[in-house]
Amino acid sequence: MSDTLSSTTAPAGAPAPPPVARRTVALAHLRDLALVPAIIAVGIVGFIVSPVFLQADNIINVLQSMSEIAIVVLAETLVLITGKMDLSLESTFGLAPGIAAWLIVDPAVTHGLGVHAVPGALAVPLVLLAGALIGAFNGLLIVRFGLNGFIVTLGMLIVLRGLLTGISGGKTFFALPGSMTYLGSTSWLGVPASIWITLALFAVAVVVLGYTRAGRSLYAIGGNVDAARAAGIRTDRVVWLTLIIASTLAALAGLLISGRLASVTAAQGDGAIFQVFAAAVIGGVSLNGGKGTVFGAFTGVLLLFMIINVLTLAGVPAQWTNFLNGAVILVALVVSRITGGKAQI
Amino acid sequence: MTNEEQATVVEATGICKRFGPTVALDRAGIAVRVGETHALVGRNGAGKSTLVSLLTGLQAPDTGRITFAGRPAPPLGDRDAWRRQVACVYQKSTIIPTLTVAENLFLNRHDRGAGGLIRWGALRRSARELLATWSVEVDVDRPASELTVEQRQFVEIARALSFGARFIILDEPTAQLDGTGITRLFDRIAALRAQGVTFLFISHHLQEIEEICDVVTVFRDARHIVTAPVAELDRGAIVAAMTGEDISLTGDTHRAPPATDAAVRVVVRDLVTASGAQASFEARAGEVIGLAGGGASGKFEVAEAVVGLARPTAGTVTVDGRTLRRGSVPDALAAGVGLVPQDRHRQGLVPLLSVAENVTMTVPDRIGRRGLLSPARRDAFARRFITDLAIKASGPQVPVSDLSGGNQQKVVMARALAGDPKLLVLITPTAGVDVRSKQTLLGVVEQVRGRGSVVLVVSDELDDLRVCDRVLVMVRGRVVRDIPSGWRDNDLVAAMEGVDLDHV
Repeated sequence: MSDTLSSTTAPAGAPAPPPVARRTVALAHLRDLALVPAIIAVGIVGFIVSPVFLQADNIINVLQSMSEIAIVVLAETLVLITGKMDLSLESTFGLAPGIAAWLIVDPAVTHGLGVHAVPGALAVPLVLLAGALIGAFNGLLIVRFGLNGFIVTLGMLIVLRGLLTGISGGKTFFALPGSMTYLGSTSWLGVPASIWITLALFAVAVVVLGYTRAGRSLYAIGGNVDAARAAGIRTDRVVWLTLIIASTLAALAGLLISGRLASVTAAQGDGAIFQVFAAAVIGGVSLNGGKGTVFGAFTGVLLLFMIINVLTLAGVPAQWTNFLNGAVILVALVVSRITGGKAQI
Repeated sequence: MTNEEQATVVEATGICKRFGPTVALDRAGIAVRVGETHALVGRNGAGKSTLVSLLTGLQAPDTGRITFAGRPAPPLGDRDAWRRQVACVYQKSTIIPTLTVAENLFLNRHDRGAGGLIRWGALRRSARELLATWSVEVDVDRPASELTVEQRQFVEIARALSFGARFIILDEPTAQLDGTGITRLFDRIAALRAQGVTFLFISHHLQEIEEICDVVTVFRDARHIVTAPVAELDRGAIVAAMTGEDISLTGDTHRAPPATDAAVRVVVRDLVTASGAQASFEARAGEVIGLAGGGASGKFEVAEAVVGLARPTAGTVTVDGRTLRRGSVPDALAAGVGLVPQDRHRQGLVPLLSVAENVTMTVPDRIGRRGLLSPARRDAFARRFITDLAIKASGPQVPVSDLSGGNQQKVVMARALAGDPKLLVLITPTAGVDVRSKQTLLGVVEQVRGRGSVVLVVSDELDDLRVCDRVLVMVRGRVVRDIPSGWRDNDLVAAMEGVDLDHV
């Protein structure tokens, strides 16, 4: 508040009455929790289907199975809030650990795969660097050259997938160094590290997007880019940085799943982007930008994986998994539409 | 310009600005003194918007000087420095609809505590204090998308003041407001003025200017014409300055109105548009009716409701006894309505398709047989219009995007004529076209009326309206005058500005 204002005499007329304000704040928080009833309902149904569902082992299982995708959902959420889209995250998810594996693994051990050019200790930085470079290139095309983000990242999705198939010869990298498998396979305090990492990343993102100027600038850009620029936000720089961070997060997620499975397949992440978009939208993130929260995105991905887990426990045959995955997305959308009360556009 | 005793908030002198071949400002200037409410008026294209963009630092003048309180204007890149000098409430919102009012007020300058984290409680409190200081009664926790136009303007004004600016430009603030909203805005302006805020007020409505402004500056054709206290310049003088006294009388365009016994072909009865504008009129065979009015008069809404582009909330449109289905373009086309829309790029043309395809778009049945289009017949059909309207294109296959603006507009006109319309609706038909094309386009009106059809010309360009038998003038959603052909420019402009010149 500038001192010029406080020195001015205020004419009659009080600000908005506090009770109304309280109620709208409460409502805003409620919107954030829109999926919680649905999550509880699925929990109850799951418990009826199989008492195993609510046991600690199974809950950890659900959390671990969703942890990698959840990080990609977080990445996509950041991009969507700025009003852009990044389809190539699913290929980054496969390619970033793929490149590290290709540079590190010894062809003598893996029947000719890899080049064994880099020591294994550099695996993690390599993965993250690959992700950051992909994001920077996306930003170059979208921000600097002003190309349409949807088409650019669709092209990148195909190019990066093709690159992974090329360097791996369509085969699977294995015999990964310990530095690559550690994060994805180890446990801290009896809970897999990937769960801790995922929860920590979401917690950090909640704070950054809710409580920092940089985070709020994502919402401003997605809401009205001209107004954001008029408010002094360097919109191009913020969008570019967001794309880099999102790709880096996707690379980290790829590292975690490679560590868990101790391999990188040529198809790692293939088709995952649809699930990622579905989770974000179910969680209340708008495809038009400017709307949605990190916490909402988390509840979206959680709801999706809980339903899948319930179906598995119910013994649904594997041939029906794809059909049910699609149906789950549609049902979850309808459920969140009913509980959230607002149309998702 | 007389009194030098008062300090100026902003002074611009000898300003020239060109955009390509167009001269937007030609040695123009303005001086706004501390504490006054200064009106800036002029017809479309007079250079008002350009002046605003120069005064707010969005663009730099080619030549000339801008000073704030005697000091030269800050460099173009220093947005913060500009914001401390001047703020503009544009017609287009600079509010972010998805964020709360509080956050919009302190966007990118949020109140921060330990670790650089935003203190939302403090921010909301500052927002509430800020709005209370300027007595804006808006709940700061609501999303900005829920604000009315009026509240949005108040919030933008409060935000501008919080940067330290005490000079605010209001760009046609009343255009989107209703009567009570305007009254509240004027009360607010008066209150802020008492608190020492200076305003530059842009409006098309002269009585608004009389109501709240002290000084008026008139621009015409990119030049500064006059600056004088409102009390010393009556409405007639302002209108004269806006139009230029040299063209006070119309030429020989006056012609006999259609015979009173000619059949009534078009009836618009009690039409109410979604925005609340209302109109009723009848047109006889061969009659040309003008529909004129300023920015928020509702003339476009009425025209779009007549042709089915927008769905009216009440009323009927009847063409030759056939009542059109509300909000249905196909039904309007079938009934014989031809349209030249307002925005030819958005609604009038498919730029990558050829002239022939664009011209015949609404009449596929005339150029085809058994459901298949015949390119030969299509091109022959289009060639007729290329000759009739003197469209400068090497052939019917040329993509419309290759044509000049005037010729593109002729293609739009050809498309409207392709179905031999019984009612031809022309919305700003000559906007942005050169003089020769203008003549051709307006010549079409003469041909169409000769065939006994009705023409509705929706425009505020005097040249467009001169071909009309009578002009219906709309102000704030109502038809207020029905002026027969042979009017004087000043009378018509005054009517559009909502002024009665009879008492001047």
